[in-house]
Amino acid sequence: MDITLLAFGIAKDIFGASSVTVAVNEASPVSILKEKIELNYPKFKALKSYMVAVNNEYAADDLILSASDEVAIIPPVSGG
Amino acid sequence: MQVQVQLYDNEINVGKCINWVTTSESGGIDIFIGTVRNATKGKTVFKLEFEAYAPMAIKEMHKIADEALSKWNLQKVLIHHRTGALEVGEIPVVIAVSAAHRDAAFDACRYIIDTLKQTVPIWKKEFFEDGEVWVAAHP
Repeated sequence: MDITLLAFGIAKDIFGASSVTVAVNEASPVSILKEKIELNYPKFKALKSYMVAVNNEYAADDLILSASDEVAIIPPVSGG
Repeated sequence: MQVQVQLYDNEINVGKCINWVTTSESGGIDIFIGTVRNATKGKTVFKLEFEAYAPMAIKEMHKIADEALSKWNLQKVLIHHRTGALEVGEIPVVIAVSAAHRDAAFDACRYIIDTLKQTVPIWKKEFFEDGEVWVAAHP
């Protein structure tokens, strides 16, 4: 299935776009998505950290993704 | 309504924020006003740009406000954050809290800004004369 990733901050710079599509197997967990992202975009490994948000909530690595989820990459936040 | 959370790209009116949290039961109001500083680690900063994942940022700010209300005896909690480009001296964030007693107001205000900086999906880019950098992105 294709997952569309929304990107913000430095993630947008790494992708070169405000969203990209990544293909993963049906019912993949967040951890597999992160592996794919780091394989396709190795610069993510140089970040201090990053999180994945699913449907506007921070997601644990074992959360199972579905094609209808809104998925975003959250690089280290720096608001305030 | 005890909580007001807003994210917008125009100037924050601090006076209106204070008025909103003021109640006749309040014994004190604590306010944190974030301002754009002119330097980072000795390098001159001439502007900042803030970007937000708006729906999630609003949701996370509401969570923090609700946590503060459950931890302390507060009357009202306000969190306003700006997006877009801000120059030195401008205000990107205002936290305002009213309570019957000052300890709760001080503690809650500090908790809210500290937690906001850790969890709310908002990103800040610093602009220097010789380049620009997303704050905190790299170790």
